[in-house]
Amino acid sequence: MLKNRIIPCLDVKNGRVVKGINFVELKDAGDPVEQAKIYSDGGADEICFLDITASNENRDTIIDIVKKTAKECFVPLTVGGGVRTIQNITDLLLAGADKVSINTAAVKNVNFVKESSKKFGSQCIVVAIDAKKVSDNKWEVFTHGGRNKTGMDAVEFAKKVEENGAGEILLTSMDKDGTKSGYDVDLLKVITNSTNIPIIASGGVGTLDHLYDGIVKGGASAVLAASIFHYGEYKIKDAKEYLNSKNVSVRL
Amino acid sequence: MNVTIVDYQSGNISSVINSFAEVSKGKVNLEVTSNTNKIKSSDKIVLPGQGSFKSCVESLKSINGLVETLKDFAITNKKPLLGICVGLQMFADVGYEDAETKGLGWIPGKVSKIDNQKGKFKLPHIGWNEIEIQKKSKIFKDIKNKAHMYFVHSYEFIPEDKSVISATTDYSSKIVCAVEKDNLFGTQFHPEKSDKIGLKIIDNFLKL
Repeated sequence: MLKNRIIPCLDVKNGRVVKGINFVELKDAGDPVEQAKIYSDGGADEICFLDITASNENRDTIIDIVKKTAKECFVPLTVGGGVRTIQNITDLLLAGADKVSINTAAVKNVNFVKESSKKFGSQCIVVAIDAKKVSDNKWEVFTHGGRNKTGMDAVEFAKKVEENGAGEILLTSMDKDGTKSGYDVDLLKVITNSTNIPIIASGGVGTLDHLYDGIVKGGASAVLAASIFHYGEYKIKDAKEYLNSKNVSVRL
Repeated sequence: MNVTIVDYQSGNISSVINSFAEVSKGKVNLEVTSNTNKIKSSDKIVLPGQGSFKSCVESLKSINGLVETLKDFAITNKKPLLGICVGLQMFADVGYEDAETKGLGWIPGKVSKIDNQKGKFKLPHIGWNEIEIQKKSKIFKDIKNKAHMYFVHSYEFIPEDKSVISATTDYSSKIVCAVEKDNLFGTQFHPEKSDKIGLKIIDNFLKL
């Protein structure tokens, strides 16, 4: 039976983790490679890096981090943030990323999803959708961390990226992100029901119950979280044992 | 020992290289190449493959003499070869991804899309699934039944002779996820991404 995945996400800025893990065994709380290794050793099903470096000049930094991480972590590694061109994808994959996550570039031009999935295979193309609730049962796609409206309906856009070859969707609720009040389960439900590719739930996890809700109520294939793991509130193992105790199948 | 990872421009093989480098740690001379002379002088071959069946077969064929060299290596000379993901699928006679495409024809069978049972099963089949070991395989030494491996694929290999199947996994139906026929080994899952247990499979292959 296919297991539900737990994916810790690390935000990286200029080569350093922004929200560092608060673990005693860490030597350097800002080193993304070391943190990724801890997650991987702790049973993370995948690792996700989100590069939030503002400038283009610093792209080499994330490449270097991916290179080092890929030599130490033997679970899938997804890298997102600033992926705009085929060359960006090539660079990340050559460095050792297994998947790339495309956000703004997919919104601007859905053909980019098609082109990249044709070139590299759907298995490594994740489209990150940031959605915000605009009315009852209606969500709109936003970019730039929720600042820019696009006028696009999130459900329609999700279907469109699937048609264009996305292998997975990383779905973040901009209303819930950072609130620790749980995923937007209604958003997850509507997207998982209207697509046939795996959906990764993101945005809002504050407790282990929220992970359960994302999988069981929202229908997500994988759950992504950042802060609950970073600050040592929970370890990956805690999350898995909790889900297992509630009959959610995970890789133990 | 010389081990060659065949680099035929079939997508991302960095993880395969990293994992083999980690396991072999200087004990093995690892080459990443499509050079047919280097392949001929290797002791073992790893044939990775990402993207579609069609694109992988086409890439393989676009390199002069490569298909023949691999056939000599694996079929005529019966030296150990490990196919990973589409690398395994290409052992088949035919694949149906994108368009009907002839495979290498090393193990009779076909590669078809996984039946998603009208949307009940999401595709690609992505993530960790348990393998059910069907027969003793040299590369499964010290691997427990129901061990978790990382998968990412939408198509499955259906061999005609079921005795080649060394493991299956449950997703929509019992999907063939590993084969062993004499010196030919193949995994549908990615040992290079399957944590320590996956590295153990690589170690087993290197120790053959």
